[in-house]
Amino acid sequence: MLNIQDIMETITMIQEENLDIRTITMGMSLLDCADSDLSRSCDKIYEKITRLAEKLVVTGEEIERTYGIPIIHKRVAVTPIAMLAAASGGDPVRYARTLERASRTVGVNFIGGYSALVHKGFSAGDLALIRSIPEALAETEHICSSVNVGSTKAGLNMDAVGMMGRIVRETAERTAGQDCIGCAKLVVFCNAPEDNPFMAGAFHGVGEPDCVLNVGVSGPGVVRAALAKCPDGDLTEVADIIKRTAFKITRMGQLVGSEASRRLGVPFGIVDLSLAPTPAVGDSVAHILEEMGLEVCGTHGTTAALALLNDAVKKGGVMASSHVGGLSGAFIPVTEDAGMIEAARSGDLSIEKLEAMTAVCSVGLDMIVIPGDTPAETISAIIADEAAIGMVNSKTTAVRVIPAIGHAEGEELSFGGLLGSGPVMKLHNDRSSARFIRRGGRIPAPMQSLKN
Amino acid sequence: MRAIISVIGTDRVGILASVSTACAEANVNIVDVTQSVLQNMFVMVMLVDITDMSVDFPILQQKMNALGEKIGMVIHVMHEDIFQSMHRI
Repeated sequence: MLNIQDIMETITMIQEENLDIRTITMGMSLLDCADSDLSRSCDKIYEKITRLAEKLVVTGEEIERTYGIPIIHKRVAVTPIAMLAAASGGDPVRYARTLERASRTVGVNFIGGYSALVHKGFSAGDLALIRSIPEALAETEHICSSVNVGSTKAGLNMDAVGMMGRIVRETAERTAGQDCIGCAKLVVFCNAPEDNPFMAGAFHGVGEPDCVLNVGVSGPGVVRAALAKCPDGDLTEVADIIKRTAFKITRMGQLVGSEASRRLGVPFGIVDLSLAPTPAVGDSVAHILEEMGLEVCGTHGTTAALALLNDAVKKGGVMASSHVGGLSGAFIPVTEDAGMIEAARSGDLSIEKLEAMTAVCSVGLDMIVIPGDTPAETISAIIADEAAIGMVNSKTTAVRVIPAIGHAEGEELSFGGLLGSGPVMKLHNDRSSARFIRRGGRIPAPMQSLKN
Repeated sequence: MRAIISVIGTDRVGILASVSTACAEANVNIVDVTQSVLQNMFVMVMLVDITDMSVDFPILQQKMNALGEKIGMVIHVMHEDIFQSMHRI
């Protein structure tokens, strides 16, 4: 029989340390829904999503009950809609309305894939889709949008980077009455993964099977609690504790993913080995870094601590799962992490430090509220900096910033639920980047791309 | 199919009796029982076979939760697989 200590450890992780499965995300290809007639294309999309994802939420809830482990979100990710817009032409917002209707029918929390992949240039449908993002996000509640503007192989599409600065601002303006929430559902990527279960960046890549189930795990609270039992160990011990804990967390993801895929009759894709925080107390990545010995997240040493954490999470998780993918690493979304929110409020955590942190962990500048008067070119320059880090380091980076329209530094925006809340963070340099951004063109792919 | 029933709280007379009675009522077969004191809390863990259970799994969970409240203990019923997958390679 199982060891009583092991059993109690699992129960404590779930009951007291917020261990949960963050999401089961069903990815599905909509390529077979493409039609030269926009209305027909929308009808096919609605039919396919509601057919394949009909039992997703119910099955997720059944698994929650059986195993006693919460599955916080059930989501759907679809083929980048720009590809369908390319076939049909017409107003892409009609696709957004169709996805929203489908998401309400099947009861999922988010549906991702209102996306375009433009890292090397724009093809048919891409420009129309990108231009429609502000309207699509203002009109809908459950849709998440992403645009891939660069990759290590292709370099950076600076025309797209320039455009996305304006799109982010416009999205904030159109949703200013709801704390600019549109921008919390819009992410600009470099090296976007095709099998990511996490929002706002989930979409179903063209190399994926027709339908697949991906799982994103969580559990910063579990890691922090494990480290709290070792206040004086050296950093080798710290890394070992994180690895062991990440292994256990990831096993839950593997179990839930394979069980969900069996019950739904859909192939199991990947487990995303991520430490995803929530705004709940005790579920913070920042608090893990502080448990390692930093007085506050954002002080000197934060990047090193995060590098250790990120690496150990992957090493522990990779053996626990048959296939690993997605973003896989520690997340640092400011408004979704209680410790980050505190550090941003106190001024200990700056955007510049966060940028350095993104070089050693998963994703990028995530859920950061910036002043409402930030020019579009400055937002583009922030995106360019972050994309350059991803491009050169052959990793995924992303920008999800929320210009707080009508709010000044020190005020706060609140998005509710997992998206959390946070203060407007100061940009320490207000000098213009406009001339650089307006040049447009492409930043060539770095030497790292020439591996063949 | 097997499940783990865990009972946590302050030790008192009749815990095993009341939990095993509830199991019998649901036609749940007790395979193994272990008990221990961890961090000053009484902990009892039962491995049970629920293959021929007369109620649905969520109903058993509800029954056990209600029993826990009645006798002042915290009772969880969870599928065995979650423990096996976390602690066994």
